[in-house]
Amino acid sequence: MSWWQRLWRRKQMDEQLERELRFHLDRHAGELIARGVDPAEARRQARLAIGGPEQVKEECRDARGTRWLEDLVQDVRYSIRTLRKNPGFAVVAILTLALGIGANTAIFQLLDTVRLRTLPVQNPQELRQVNIDKANGRTGSFTSRYPALTNAIWEQIRDKQNGFSGTFAWSPWPFNIAESGEVRNVEGIWVSGDFFNVLGVPPLIGRVFTSADDTPGCAATSAVISYAFWQQEYGGQSDVLGKQLHVNHHAFDIVGVTPPSFYGVEVGRTYQIALPICAEPVVEGQDSGLSRRAFWWLTAVGRLKPGWTDEQAAAQLRAVSPAIFDASVPPEFDAEGAAHFRGYKLGVFPGATGNSELRENYQDPLTLLLGLAGLVLLIACGNLANLLLARASARGQEMAVRLAIGASRGRLVRQLLAESLLLAVAGAALAVLIARWLATFLVSFLSTQQNPLFVDLATDWRMLAFTGGLAILTCVLIGLTPALRATRVAPGTALKTAGRGMTADRERFGLRKLLVVSQVALSLVLVTGALLFARSLAKVMTQDAGFVQDKILVADIDYTRANIPAARQLSFQLDLLQQLRSIPGVVEAATTSIVPITGSSWNQNVLYSPQAKDSPGGTHINEVSDGFFRTMGIRLVEGRDFGRSDSVGGPHVAIVNQIFAKKFFAGKNPVGQRFSLQAMDATKNVSIEIVGLVSDTKYDDMHSANPPLVYLPLTQDEHLSSDVTFMVRSSVPLDAIRPAIGEKVRYLNPDLRLSVLRTVVQESLLSDRLMAMLSGFFGVLAALLASTGLYGVISYTVEGRRNEFGIRVALGAQPRDIVTIVMREAGVLLAFGILAGAALALAGSQEAQSLLYGLKAYDPLTLLAAVVVLALIAALASCVPAMRASRTDPAAALREE
Amino acid sequence: MTEKSDLPQGTLDLLILKVVALGPVHGYAIAQRLQQVSRDVVQVQQGSLYPALHRLENRGLLEADWRESETGREARFYSLTRRGRAQLEAEAASWERLTQAVGLILGLSEPLVPGGAE
Repeated sequence: MSWWQRLWRRKQMDEQLERELRFHLDRHAGELIARGVDPAEARRQARLAIGGPEQVKEECRDARGTRWLEDLVQDVRYSIRTLRKNPGFAVVAILTLALGIGANTAIFQLLDTVRLRTLPVQNPQELRQVNIDKANGRTGSFTSRYPALTNAIWEQIRDKQNGFSGTFAWSPWPFNIAESGEVRNVEGIWVSGDFFNVLGVPPLIGRVFTSADDTPGCAATSAVISYAFWQQEYGGQSDVLGKQLHVNHHAFDIVGVTPPSFYGVEVGRTYQIALPICAEPVVEGQDSGLSRRAFWWLTAVGRLKPGWTDEQAAAQLRAVSPAIFDASVPPEFDAEGAAHFRGYKLGVFPGATGNSELRENYQDPLTLLLGLAGLVLLIACGNLANLLLARASARGQEMAVRLAIGASRGRLVRQLLAESLLLAVAGAALAVLIARWLATFLVSFLSTQQNPLFVDLATDWRMLAFTGGLAILTCVLIGLTPALRATRVAPGTALKTAGRGMTADRERFGLRKLLVVSQVALSLVLVTGALLFARSLAKVMTQDAGFVQDKILVADIDYTRANIPAARQLSFQLDLLQQLRSIPGVVEAATTSIVPITGSSWNQNVLYSPQAKDSPGGTHINEVSDGFFRTMGIRLVEGRDFGRSDSVGGPHVAIVNQIFAKKFFAGKNPVGQRFSLQAMDATKNVSIEIVGLVSDTKYDDMHSANPPLVYLPLTQDEHLSSDVTFMVRSSVPLDAIRPAIGEKVRYLNPDLRLSVLRTVVQESLLSDRLMAMLSGFFGVLAALLASTGLYGVISYTVEGRRNEFGIRVALGAQPRDIVTIVMREAGVLLAFGILAGAALALAGSQEAQSLLYGLKAYDPLTLLAAVVVLALIAALASCVPAMRASRTDPAAALREE
Repeated sequence: MTEKSDLPQGTLDLLILKVVALGPVHGYAIAQRLQQVSRDVVQVQQGSLYPALHRLENRGLLEADWRESETGREARFYSLTRRGRAQLEAEAASWERLTQAVGLILGLSEPLVPGGAE
C-alpha cells in the first residue's frame, strides 16, 4: 500500500486497527476466562496489559509515517469549516489576496516576457549582437527602430569576422501589402540570407531563405511568412506556397512558413513577412538605402563559435575594425567626418533576448509598478494578519484548553497556519486568472495602431514560481504571527482571565497597532505615488504644445505610381495642396516633413557663416510649405511666411522660432540675419537668411522642452520625393473630410495614410497614462485597505474598552468626550503612520523621478495632498467605531463583567 | 515468579521479525510466542507491540492480510517480506556478534593483552 493509499483510506485503516486490537483484547480476556477469571475482571486485566487502546491506536497511526500529511488534510478540512462559518471574511480575504497577487503576477509576467525570456530559437544564449562600441557622433539618415549599422558595414562584418559560426543582419520595416488605395502596413523584416539558418529556425512548410536568396542585385521574388500571417491571411491553407503577395506593389512568391513559436527577433512585435535584404532596392525604389553608405538601418547578430568567449570574439572584431570601417566610409563625408568614422570599433553585446523597443520604453515603468504592486500586497497582508490576530485572540481560551490537555504548540501553530495557507492558495489560484486578464489588458492598452504589440503571454515556470512564492510568502506573513501569538499563552493565565479586564491588554495590542501604522505608512507612499503620476500626466497633457492639436488630420500621400518626373515634383505637390485646401470644411493645409510628437526628428549643427569652423550647437529642423503656421496655429511674431518667391535658385531663406533666436542671436530680432547649417560635406554649407520669427512649439516629444527650431521652405528643396505629408486643419469633424481627401487624390492611385494629430499626440503619452492609471488604482486600493485596517483595529480597541467607557459614561462623561478619546487614539496611529510614510515616500521618490514630467518626485504639495487625503479617509474610518463607543450603555457594559 | 527485565532498545523489532519468520501469525500470537520463548523473562509491553508491527509494515519489512484464525475469527496475520527476511538475517548476525563480544568481555578473568586472549 503506498503512502497516498494509506492517506486516502484512512478511515478503512482506522477500522482495521480497531478490529485488530479488539481481536487481541478478546483473545486475551478469553484465555483468562478459560483459566477461571471472572469475565469482567478478565477484560480489565487484558486492557491493563495492553496499556490503553486509544494510546496504542495513536502510536500506530504515528508509526505509519504519514502523520504530518494526515494532519495537514485534517487541518485543511478544519480550516475550510472555520472559513465557511465566516464566509464574509473568507471572500474578502481571498479577493484581496487574489487582487494583490494577481497585480504582481501580471506585471511580473510582462517584465518576464520583455526582459528575462530568451528568443524562441535554437540555443539563444549563444547569440550576440555586433555593434559599434560607443557609436557617438554618427551622421547620416537613421531609419528602422534599430539603426545600428549600414549595409556596407554589415557586409564587411560578415566577410571579416571570425568569432562567430554564422552571422546575419536584419531590420524591421513596415511593408505595405495593399494592392491599391489606403496603405495597409504589416510588420515586415529585411533579413540577410543566413537569418533563419543562424537562428536555427526551420521552415514549418516550404523552405526558409539561404545565402543564395540574398545576393547583390538579386531579382528576389521570394518571401517567407510567419505562422500568424499564414493563419490570418491564408487561413492556414497548405496551397499558400507559390502564392503571390505584394509589398509596395511588387510581387513576391511565398516560399515558406515559419513555426508558430517564432515571432522574429524583436520582443514585443511579431514579424509577418520576411524579405531578403537584397530586395530592398526593388521595393523601395528611389528611396532605397542599400547602397547609401550613410544610411543606418541594420542590426547584426552572430552565433558564437563553440569554445569562443565574448572577449575573444570582441578582440577579433576590434582587430579587423580599421579595415571594416575604412572599406565602408561614406564618400560624401568630408575629411573630418571620415576620420571620425574610421575610428569606430566594433564590439560584442548580449543578444539572447533580442531587440526590444518595448523593453527600452517600459522596463523602468514596469519595474516601478512591480514595486508598487508589492506594497499593495504587503498592505493587504497587513489587513489579513490583523484580522487573523483578532480571531486568534478570540480563540485564546480554546488554545489554552488545548495546550492544557497536552496538544503540542507546534501542532497548534500548524493548524492555525493551515488556515492562512488555504487563503493564500485560494488567493493565488484566483490571482492566476486575474493576472492573465490584467496582462492581456495591459498589452492591449500599450498597443496602438502605429505600434501593434505582440507579447507572448504564455505561462512559464518563472511566472508560476513567482506566484507560488508570493502565495507562500503571504501565508507566512498573514498567518505566522497570529499563530505564534495565539499559542504563546500560558494556559493558567488564559483560563484565569476568562472575563474581560477593565481596559484592553496593552502588550498584545502593540503588534496590531504596529501593523496598522505600517499600513498607513505604506499606503501614504502609494497615494503619494498615485498623485505624483496623475499630476505628471495632467501636466504633460495640458501643457501648451505651441500648436493646435484638435481638428488636424495628417495625410501621408505616396504617389510613386503616378510617375511624376523629378522636375515637376514641386509644382505637383503645390497643386495637390491647393486641391486639399479647396475641400469644403478645410480651413488651411500645408506640407511638413516632420509630423510633431511622432518621435521623428531632423537636426543639424548651426554655423554663423558657411566658413565658420566651430558650431555653437545644433538645432532641430522642419521643412514646410507656406500656410504651415496658420494650419498649426503657430504665431508669426516677426517677418513673413514662406511664399512662391522663395524658389530654388533664389536666396536661401528660413523661419526660426524664438528659442532659436535666443540661443543663436541673443534674443534679438533675428529677421534679416544670416546663418548656415553644417552639411556632411562642408562645401555644401550655404548662407541662409532669416525671414520670419515664430512662436515656440514642442517638436518630437511632449516631454522635452521646446527646442530651437529652423523651418526651411518646401519650395527650395531640390530633391523632393513622391511621398508627401500634409497637415489639414478642418472646421468640421475630421471624419467628414476623410472621404473628400481620398476622393481628391484617387486619380493618382496613391498610398494614402490618414491619422488624427490628437491621437498621435496621445499615443506618445502611453507610458505616462499607464503609470497614472495603475499607480492610481494601487493608490485607491491601498487607501481602502489601510482604512479598513484602521477601522478594524479601532473597533477592536473600542470593544475591549467597553467597561472603561461604561464607567466613564456612568461618571458623567459626555458622548463627545468618548469620541475624543477614541479619535485621539486613532490620530496617534495615523500620525505615526504618516510620519513613517512620508519618510518612506521621500526615500523612495528618486526611483520615480525619471518617469515624472514637470515636477520633482519630492514635490511637497503632492505629499501634503496625499497626507490630507489619507487623513480624511482614516478619520472617516475611525469615526464609526468612535460614535459607537460614545453610545455605550454604562449599565449594559458593567453588567457583562 | 522470575524477575523480569526490559528489552534492550531495538531488540523488539528483531524478535518480532524472528517470530514472524516462522510463518504467518497474528499480533496476539506474536505476543504470546515472545512471552513463551523468552520463558517469561522478557517483559514485552503489549502496548508497544502493535506500533512496532505497524512501523515494520510501513518500512516494508512485514506485510499483513486478514485471514481466519485458529478460533475461526478473522485476524490480521503478519508475514515476512523478502526485504524483511534480509533485514532479519542482517540483524540476527549483528546481534550474534554483539552478544559474543559482550560475553567475551564478561567472561574475562585476566586483563586483556593485545593478541593474547585465551
